[in-house]
Amino acid sequence: MYKIQHMTLLENKSADIPAPRVITTKPRVSDKIFRGVVTSFGMSALLILTLIGIFLAYRGVQTFHSQGWSFLTSYNWDKTVDENGNSVSSFGVGAMLIGTVLISIVALIVGVPLSIAMALFLTFYAPARLKTILVSVVDLMAAFPSVLFGLWGFFVLMPMANYWAKLIYKYLHWIPIFDAPEPFFERSPFIAGLVLAIMIIPIVTSVSREVFAQTPLDRIQAAYALGATKWGVIKAVVFPFGSSGVVGGAMLGLGRAFGETVAVYTVLNIVFAPNWHVLFGAGGNIASLIILKWGEASGDETTALLAAGFILFVMTLLVNMFANFIVRQTLKSGK
Amino acid sequence: MNNAASSLADVSKQRATQKSPGSAPMGTGLEARGVHAWFGSHLALEDVSLDFAAGTVTALIGPSGCGKSTFIRTINRMHEFIPTAAMAGEVLLDGKDVYAPGTDVTKIRLQIGMVFQKPNPFPSMTIGENVLSGIKLAQLKVDNKEELLEECLVRAGLWNEVKDRLGAHAGGLSGGQQQRLCIARSLAVQPKVLLMDEPCSALDPGSTLRIEETISELSKSMTIIIVTHNMQQAARVSDYTAFFLSEGGPGRMIEVGPTTEIFTRPRDIKTENYVSGRFG
Amino acid sequence: MTTIQVKPQRPWKATPRDMGTTAGVILLSALASLLLVLGTGLKGKIGFMVCFILISTILQVVVGVRKFGRKALGDNIASSLIYVGAAIVFLPVFSILYMAVTKGAAGLHPSLFTETMFNASFLDPIDKGGLLHSLVGTLYLISIAMIISVPMGILTALYLTEIRGPGAGFIQFIVQAMSGVPSVVAGLFIFTSVILISPLKASGAAGALALAILMIPTVTRTSQEVLLLVPHDLREAGLALGATQWKTVATIVVPAARNGLITATILGVARIAGETAPLIFTIGGADKLNLNPFKDYQSALPFYVWKGLVLGTPESLQRAWTGILVLLVLVLSLFIAARTLGGKKMGK
Repeated sequence: MYKIQHMTLLENKSADIPAPRVITTKPRVSDKIFRGVVTSFGMSALLILTLIGIFLAYRGVQTFHSQGWSFLTSYNWDKTVDENGNSVSSFGVGAMLIGTVLISIVALIVGVPLSIAMALFLTFYAPARLKTILVSVVDLMAAFPSVLFGLWGFFVLMPMANYWAKLIYKYLHWIPIFDAPEPFFERSPFIAGLVLAIMIIPIVTSVSREVFAQTPLDRIQAAYALGATKWGVIKAVVFPFGSSGVVGGAMLGLGRAFGETVAVYTVLNIVFAPNWHVLFGAGGNIASLIILKWGEASGDETTALLAAGFILFVMTLLVNMFANFIVRQTLKSGK
Repeated sequence: MNNAASSLADVSKQRATQKSPGSAPMGTGLEARGVHAWFGSHLALEDVSLDFAAGTVTALIGPSGCGKSTFIRTINRMHEFIPTAAMAGEVLLDGKDVYAPGTDVTKIRLQIGMVFQKPNPFPSMTIGENVLSGIKLAQLKVDNKEELLEECLVRAGLWNEVKDRLGAHAGGLSGGQQQRLCIARSLAVQPKVLLMDEPCSALDPGSTLRIEETISELSKSMTIIIVTHNMQQAARVSDYTAFFLSEGGPGRMIEVGPTTEIFTRPRDIKTENYVSGRFG
Repeated sequence: MTTIQVKPQRPWKATPRDMGTTAGVILLSALASLLLVLGTGLKGKIGFMVCFILISTILQVVVGVRKFGRKALGDNIASSLIYVGAAIVFLPVFSILYMAVTKGAAGLHPSLFTETMFNASFLDPIDKGGLLHSLVGTLYLISIAMIISVPMGILTALYLTEIRGPGAGFIQFIVQAMSGVPSVVAGLFIFTSVILISPLKASGAAGALALAILMIPTVTRTSQEVLLLVPHDLREAGLALGATQWKTVATIVVPAARNGLITATILGVARIAGETAPLIFTIGGADKLNLNPFKDYQSALPFYVWKGLVLGTPESLQRAWTGILVLLVLVLSLFIAARTLGGKKMGK
């Protein structure tokens, strides 16, 4: 009864319901300038990123033109000139791509479990005071110059890692990836991967730590209240919530590993041949290729190196964007 | 309604004659002895001694910040998750101090279950997995999981609503259903005591009523301690009521007694002011 | 008033007995591993470590299971592995610091900070020449990179926190993607976009441009975090007083976040101070002091280290270690400065 009355009331009055007012504010001149300036700077990151892509692609396009797909698949890097003085160079980064992927995989396999252990330790095990110190140490590790990692890797890690490589070879050489054409283990992808593992630990740890810390407290408490042990809580609540974030962190680490230059150059024996044997002292990495050849490069070789830089840029950009996307999704779901 | 209230009052009277609060323990049940709680250097709760006889429902009432929640969190040792927390006193479960050195805290929490303010089912698990999650977490052995699952859901008053979708994710349930799922989850490990920290504060009146029915049902077989802001709720579900108050300083327990007495003829003027709605 | 006689206790903390048990486990496993290493074919530090980890984990699990039953098994194994994992992470950190200090200190000599390599070669005995030119170069690089990237970083952060325009989410995404740009790519980019086509040739300024690209994302992200910590009430209070948004940001938001913004800058500098790869394409590398960053080659500490490393003779490597020590001290002091400043803000 009441409802019907109400409705008729509404219908009768409907003509009188005013249209919503459009509120217009005229920002003052100072605000207009402020917003304009800040917005244009906000766009600068996009501009820079686009410019990087355009400039490297523009310089490298010649190489893509002359080498075609073989630039990605071929293993040769020969700068040659025929008798007429025309360039018949053949450049290919195939071996470098294989090497980049191989050492990055080693880095992930070694670095990610350590980072997860570290992140769990910092989030759930370390006493508060120790935690602040250790977090600083991990952050400091991220600020170590990469040339320092290279020097340390060469003089400290390599002698040890050689010995480990020999042990692994001795007992596990029947697994294809641990085999080697000859027992030469110096400056292998394995060693480069170990150095990279240490270098990606800070980023993977800090992303994982951030994700773990976002685990909703009420779920953690619910698990504890059900009589769970700390590990039980981590398995039942923390991992299901944070696993995709850790994957994202690992991929950010992968992006770092792809682009690392000086440290890898120092500890890796760069060879222009495909090598899947991690322990064998021959490998490749696009970034190190660039600084290896840069010094004496000229003409079409420089262009080829810029093209290699473009490929590296695209690879890291894709991996990074994907990784950031995953991490953001996870962090958002915690809020 | 009237009938239920009077029967509840009868029950409390009956129990009150068996065992009055503050008296010596009967050998089974839960006692708090001189419990204090600190956050850093701030004393949040001062000297609370309370007995909870087996099979009773005790409501803790009082304004915000009076230490009710802190108190129940000291009982199942959830208090210690706050990094700066400290406590003093004893909490005795079946005569044994739950804070005694060498105590396995996970065993304590298995015997003293807890339901939180906000429903918090595990989103990565299905309804069925949620109910049995305690079994898995504490690595208990259960012969017939299906039977236990059904029993817990029936006791929590949720079985009829979810029996056809035990494999569905818990996120699809309504708030009230989720809270009853959380109750079922706590029941699966067969606790002797169930702590409820304002279990209905995030729920609508209909769901609240269902949970209250569940509480009455459960009280036949276990000891329940419920923190609530809602005085009507305390009157409806509890046998005993304890009134907590903080007058600027740490929270204290002002008065405890059979629920009917606290609400009809409290001894302390502060309790009377609170239950009659003059403040709080 | 009642006086409190009871003292706060934390019965959940490890008792002296628990600590004794843990110490016993560690001691016993160390002893057992030592015996194993001495008595059997296993040898060396690695053998010891492996034995120690295995034995201590097993002992810890036995102790736990005896006390708390079967469910302690997984819990103890997991916590053992987590402790071991964390310890393994810190081993290289301390090893790196130790090597840098001991190896680097061996090359310290009086003229290190007063002379350049103009009249000396990297192959000369270590007390010849110095790294003044590189230190000055690094300071130039840092200053120019700061002048470019700090305003850009902070303004981008202001866009993300204050304007929150329609593209804010996307720009945020781009800034994060930019922080992953490999340093070698930044160097190549400046080489192609500046050195090849503009009047600015390989020089300190060109190097600083490359470093600025790497620094902008760090400054932006840290500034953004800090600006988000400024309570929203403050902004509304400013606007409610009739101030324009520009006035509110300039007189309320930015001053409130000042310490944090300085921290962001310092962290950005720490990020780039040790970068080597981009400099290889951009600064040319000089052995003499060059006070003009826009003309002629310049050196920098990482480049000095790089040069010593590539030459590979004992003398040049010694120079590399000494250079890295100076660089590390620089980065470390920046880092500590950022922490103290940032810590003050967070500590509140």
